[in-house]
Amino acid sequence: MRYLDEYRDPVLARRLIGRIRAAATRPWSIMEVCGGQTHTIVRQGIDELLPVRMIHGPGCPVCVTPLETIDRALAIAARSEVIFTSFGDMLRVPGSTTDLLSAKARGADVRVVYSPLDAVRLAVANPGRQVVFFAVGFETTAPANAMSVLKAAAQHVPNYSILVSHVLVPPAMVAIMESASVDAFLAAGHVCAVMGWREYEPLAARYRVPIVVTGFEPLDLLEGILMAVCQLEEGRHTVENQYARAVRRTGNLPAQAAVRRVFRVSDQVWRGIGPIPASGLVLAPEFAAYDAGLRFGVAGTGAREHPGCIAGQILRGTKTPPECPAYRSLCTPRRPLGAPMVSAEGTCAAFYNAGRPAGQERS
Amino acid sequence: MMAVSPDPVAATCPLPLAETERVLLGHGSGGQLMAELLAELGPRMGAPTVEDAALVTTGTPQVVMSTDAFVVTPRFFPGGDIGSLAVHGTVNDLAMRGAAPLALSVAFIVEESLPLDELRRVTSSIARAARACGVPVVTGDTKVVGRGAADGLYVTTTGIGVSLPGAEPSATRGRPGDVVLLSGPIGLHGVTILGTREGLGFDSELVSDCRPLHRLVAAMIAAAGPAVHVLRDPTRGGLASALNELAAASAVGVVVEEDAVPVPAQVAAACDLLGLDPLHVANEGCLVAFVAPDRAEEVLAVMRGLDEGAQATRIGTVVAGHPGRVVMRTLVGSTRVVDMLVGEQLPRIC
Repeated sequence: MRYLDEYRDPVLARRLIGRIRAAATRPWSIMEVCGGQTHTIVRQGIDELLPVRMIHGPGCPVCVTPLETIDRALAIAARSEVIFTSFGDMLRVPGSTTDLLSAKARGADVRVVYSPLDAVRLAVANPGRQVVFFAVGFETTAPANAMSVLKAAAQHVPNYSILVSHVLVPPAMVAIMESASVDAFLAAGHVCAVMGWREYEPLAARYRVPIVVTGFEPLDLLEGILMAVCQLEEGRHTVENQYARAVRRTGNLPAQAAVRRVFRVSDQVWRGIGPIPASGLVLAPEFAAYDAGLRFGVAGTGAREHPGCIAGQILRGTKTPPECPAYRSLCTPRRPLGAPMVSAEGTCAAFYNAGRPAGQERS
Repeated sequence: MMAVSPDPVAATCPLPLAETERVLLGHGSGGQLMAELLAELGPRMGAPTVEDAALVTTGTPQVVMSTDAFVVTPRFFPGGDIGSLAVHGTVNDLAMRGAAPLALSVAFIVEESLPLDELRRVTSSIARAARACGVPVVTGDTKVVGRGAADGLYVTTTGIGVSLPGAEPSATRGRPGDVVLLSGPIGLHGVTILGTREGLGFDSELVSDCRPLHRLVAAMIAAAGPAVHVLRDPTRGGLASALNELAAASAVGVVVEEDAVPVPAQVAAACDLLGLDPLHVANEGCLVAFVAPDRAEEVLAVMRGLDEGAQATRIGTVVAGHPGRVVMRTLVGSTRVVDMLVGEQLPRIC
């Protein structure tokens, strides 16, 4: 697997760091949108070596899934006829009173799957049970989740349904451009692999910010940062593609078609951020039969966030985890107060796992 | 148990979740949850928890004892099975205290309806592995429980051994200046188990590193005796948890060079796909050693002379600063703290 070595070469990395240092005349604020990128940056300590300020964005789907939706998932998972399936990092995300992992320890049938198609197979194998898949994520997971519904419909699998909490990246970027001072964006390479970057072009023009489609390896990020810095220094603001080995301008058209067929764009509440217009996906009316929320009739439960959690400011990039009074004391991956401390892509978990101390921000 | 915090934020609103008074799978992960559980349970029995095996007599040679339960699923995997794993696991735990194995006991808990042939295969594998290690199985026990009361087959092995001349390795003997050696690539066992499990559909040629390490240890001790300060096989919780345990037990810091840690490309790729950290993935056939700096090259050469140490390498240094902490120098030249695994990564890997 040569890609690992090629994009993690220490000598090339140090050379790129030197070029960024030479190019940057100001401490530009650059936001990486995706939590996977945040983890590489913090894990490698890239932000501590650069003369620019890296701002960590909202790109953790687990983190922005509304509390009400998690409570709904817990209510569905508690039903005896249900096999509740999910990607692993949803299991520890705190709802109002508990999380899915604790529900599992108390007897709920909660299972980790690595693909929603596995959940469909589980439904076929267990015709007497209701199999529910927790369909969260950005544009990256939407095609596979759409495919699972299409497959269940084609194979007449009546006992499969999905609990949907899909979010879209460009509307969130607009919300950040409207409210925070970010000089440039690194767009998430895998989101663009599906969607392309055409929808970012009007954003770069209107808000006069460079947007660089960027991958996830250390060298990808350093190169993306360098491209953003060069645009800023030259006064340009276009969409550029660092992640050329995976992303085309038009994206993956069949995947986009599957998403359009199964889902409709809707307003969406982002946990910690609030409602953002046209920033989510819900099942299209013709697939309403596969909507677990409707099937089980679970309503919101008057969800309440922990008052000590500043996830909203973390997700908008206005605060860093070490600036949170609860970071590393009240809030740890063991006892998370908010979702960013849980997920593999959460900013707080990235800082915690890299051993960044509380009470200071070193970047 | 819920921690009572004097913090006013906690006082106004009780912690919303996470802690139940029930055992979670994460309590068996070899990470932080497990360390906390053992720190509570060990003292109840008067048993220390920092070592893989215990010295039961003083004097020379010392008698060393260790026990381990095996619940791995699937029971057969590339590179081994629950039987060979049970033999190697206990032989290795004895070896980490510098002991040569003398005898093993084996106990089975069998679920009603397990195919008898499978039990025969596991038993044969135990016999083969024990013979290859040069240690007899001298006693055992078999219990059968009703269908659903266990998942197929669980195996427990207990071993006694005698310490090798000059052997004094202990989790508490790490000293600033020690060189940190690793006997081979990491992550193979955990990723192999994961890949073999139903549903993942990896098409890989990964093989578990499951193997005995007592000959490697004997060669290291013969070369450098008490200069081999610390030995540990990084099983559950991976290299990260092992180094953290050793740093804490010896009250020293550890600095690891990221580009020196051998991670096979397939392990790295699988970990990337699944969001795992290779440093947290289980191993069953490599060891980490803290060795006095003036003997490290000699020990490394001896390790490389044996199959199980052919890829041995130096991965870091023990330091006096930041006691109890493990710090990694990253590829790009920055640093980060390497923490123990939090909660559960992969249940039932051994």
